[in-house]
Amino acid sequence: MNQNPTVQSGAVPAPDVAPTVLEVAGLTISVRAEGVERALVSDLSFTLARGETIAIAGESGSGKSLTSLAIMGLLPPPALRVSAGAITLNGTDLTALPETKMRAIRGDRIAMIFQEPMTSLNPVLSIGLQLTEAIRAHEPISKSEAEARALEALKAVRISEPERRMTQYPHELSGGMRQRVMIAMALALRPDVLIADEPTTALDVTVQREVLDLLRDLQREMGTAIILITHDMGVVAEMAERVIVMQQGRAVEQGAVNDIFATPRAQYTRDLLAAVPRMGDGSGASLGDAQTDIVASLRDVQVRFDIRGGILSRVTHRVHAVENVSFDLRAGQTFSLVGESGCGKSTIAKALVGLVPHQGRIEVAGHTLGGLNGKDMKALRRDVQIVFQDPMAALDPRMRVGDLVAEPLVIHAIDTPEQRRNRVAELFERVGLAPDHLDRYPHEFSGGQRQRICIARALALQPKLIIADESVSALDVSVQARVLDLLDALKSEFGIAYLFISHDMAVVENISDRVAVMYMGQIVEMGTRAQIFGDPRHPYTKRLMAAVPVPDPTYSRPPVARLASEIPSPIYKLGASPARMALRNVGDGHLVADAFVTG
Amino acid sequence: MTDLTLAKGATGPQSAWRRLLGRKLALLGLALIAVVVGGAIFAPWIAPYQPQEQMFDGLTLEGAPMPPGAQFWLGTDLLGRDLFSRILYGARTSLIIGVVANGLSLIIGTLIGVTAGYFRGWIGAVLMRFTDLMMAFPALLLAICLAAIFTPSLWIVAMVIALVNWVQTARVVYTETSALAEREFVAAEKTLGAGTARILFRHILPHLVPMIIVWGTLGISTTVLLEATLSYLGVGVQPPTPSWGNIIFENQTYFQAAPWLVFIPGAAILLLALAFNLVGDALRDVLDPTQRGRS
Repeated sequence: MNQNPTVQSGAVPAPDVAPTVLEVAGLTISVRAEGVERALVSDLSFTLARGETIAIAGESGSGKSLTSLAIMGLLPPPALRVSAGAITLNGTDLTALPETKMRAIRGDRIAMIFQEPMTSLNPVLSIGLQLTEAIRAHEPISKSEAEARALEALKAVRISEPERRMTQYPHELSGGMRQRVMIAMALALRPDVLIADEPTTALDVTVQREVLDLLRDLQREMGTAIILITHDMGVVAEMAERVIVMQQGRAVEQGAVNDIFATPRAQYTRDLLAAVPRMGDGSGASLGDAQTDIVASLRDVQVRFDIRGGILSRVTHRVHAVENVSFDLRAGQTFSLVGESGCGKSTIAKALVGLVPHQGRIEVAGHTLGGLNGKDMKALRRDVQIVFQDPMAALDPRMRVGDLVAEPLVIHAIDTPEQRRNRVAELFERVGLAPDHLDRYPHEFSGGQRQRICIARALALQPKLIIADESVSALDVSVQARVLDLLDALKSEFGIAYLFISHDMAVVENISDRVAVMYMGQIVEMGTRAQIFGDPRHPYTKRLMAAVPVPDPTYSRPPVARLASEIPSPIYKLGASPARMALRNVGDGHLVADAFVTG
Repeated sequence: MTDLTLAKGATGPQSAWRRLLGRKLALLGLALIAVVVGGAIFAPWIAPYQPQEQMFDGLTLEGAPMPPGAQFWLGTDLLGRDLFSRILYGARTSLIIGVVANGLSLIIGTLIGVTAGYFRGWIGAVLMRFTDLMMAFPALLLAICLAAIFTPSLWIVAMVIALVNWVQTARVVYTETSALAEREFVAAEKTLGAGTARILFRHILPHLVPMIIVWGTLGISTTVLLEATLSYLGVGVQPPTPSWGNIIFENQTYFQAAPWLVFIPGAAILLLALAFNLVGDALRDVLDPTQRGRS
């Protein structure tokens, strides 16, 4: 190790020779199981200078989160421990510190923010109390002084109405606001190092944009060094000056962001970057205009949920989850619904498979949904299958995967047991799984394999329509790319129509034939992929697309006005309903909503 | 991980049974149960005396019970009856109560809990309010009323105990089922077209098994003791028929003078409960496929 290895990353106009804050040398983290010690992270070394951002990128199981826990001294004993190497913060070796000393450093000199702000905040304490307690744990100041500091911290993270937020509880805030509170808490004591572990993964893209901007601004003001742990190469490109790419506990590549994105040296980095879906390179011909058979059509579909209140528990309010949505799904085409959480896209999926009641008209394969008797409904279910976001949750953990894939055939009494067994083996092979794994249980597979099992299960009935509800969002990018390829191959092979529901604009651009953008339960823009991504008309579509992190460090973002308000609530009093947006054809079937009302 | 090779070769109950026998503690539990069951079945041949026989030499000259010794292995009770013989015959009563009454209450509780938890709505509301009502009503009073209506016999007592004991099981099963019904795999089954029976029996019930096993093993000691209470109040198994519970209750006032009279049947109840507990724990692990590791 030379004295100041950070100088080499001259990619940013940072202070010339910033002092090193944190140095990690030869870090090895081992797990002890059944008397054998196995290294989960081996020989990781890096330095972090004041005001610098280093990203640790990698897929699940790469050891990036373990590294951050080791720096915080939070590895769960006794199984996991730092077995070699040193972590030096301003000259002190943290691995040698006793827990009492470490506690004083944690939160004060090194702070951390996590992926899910709701679980990191105590739900029964007010925001103000949690902030003041965090401050007073490290500084001997009075309660009123701490309150003043807390308010200052909230103002620093540009939260609206900071005085009121102090008295509110975590559940009263939106996800973005909660993450701001977490950042306020982390930065209130002006730590030297901030570890951000997937800080925006659970957030919508427009909120992610704001949180990333905020982190960058605060870093500029305070000179905090940031370790950003993420799987998202777009976030890496936008935030970091240097990046460490990790794979299975080892750093496969380390260097300046510009160099790594321009000329990746390690094969793994090249594969990783190649797998990242990018906006603006929607490859392959779009079938947007092809007039194949209509598999399903929705006309003025509405889904509303009642909220009961008062002593008589009468319906007082309604959640208008889906309002007047109409579109057609055609055979062999992929229709994508995009929008942020709560926009009603998943509710449409549930209405299509009859899991929630709807108003309006949904027609699937010639049958009208709703008012069907049990037998017809069961027949209809053969034509529509759904693949959920989390395959672990969607598979009964106590059944063998072979039985799970065979189950749809059993339910609909198709084939003899022997034929079923062969069919299941065929399906397994088709989705790229080894047929001799049929006797295993879901937990014995990886996330990507589990999603393949779900796809095999959906295919078993040879449906006309498959709904993919965020089906690839929980997967690592390289796995995601392969699952998307599989879905695409199946589409042309079986002529299946897909309803693809996603929040990820880049994925949608890569796989869709037609796209609809949803906001507050209504479609605000709909058209072919080329129309939506090449010529977005609606301001919400534009904002959504501008917010997507671009995996290219040389890209400079055009300034976009920050949105002051939060997304309004879709809950209305009984009798009231949201203004209906009229879709206007702006040419070649490209539909755009006229009015756009925020708040 | 070594289990995995076993699991691949054999499927279903056989392999579960083999894995169960592979566990030392489960074997100990099974052995204890076998001893108790064997003792109960072969009591007429094993027991040195008749359980009701009041023996002249069964009491000291002062009329006190004999402590354990060569003639009476576990001593005698207040009436000069051989404790060992009474324990052997008492095992018959206690096993029937512990297994039949307890099993019946588990079945009732599970059925009501699952139905209420899965369907909810008015069915669930009616069933659960009824359960709450039963819970609020003193179990002992109810048992006394029921036992007074029917002439007490061993089987009637078992029914009575089942009828007051299902409430707790119903409550926990209800809570667990309503949580399971919200899980995504249940929604996935519905979209495949699976019927209610299939979802309940193939997908929800297997998840309830571990909890039912735990409640079942806990229930053994409570039911055995409830039977003792009932017989003490004169509405349980009628003396002189012995049961472990009524041996304790008959002799509890002489605890200081003759501690073995309470200690030995108490230990028997404890051992039986422990044995079922060990087997139950092992069964829960063996039946849970998610406990086995990823290869």
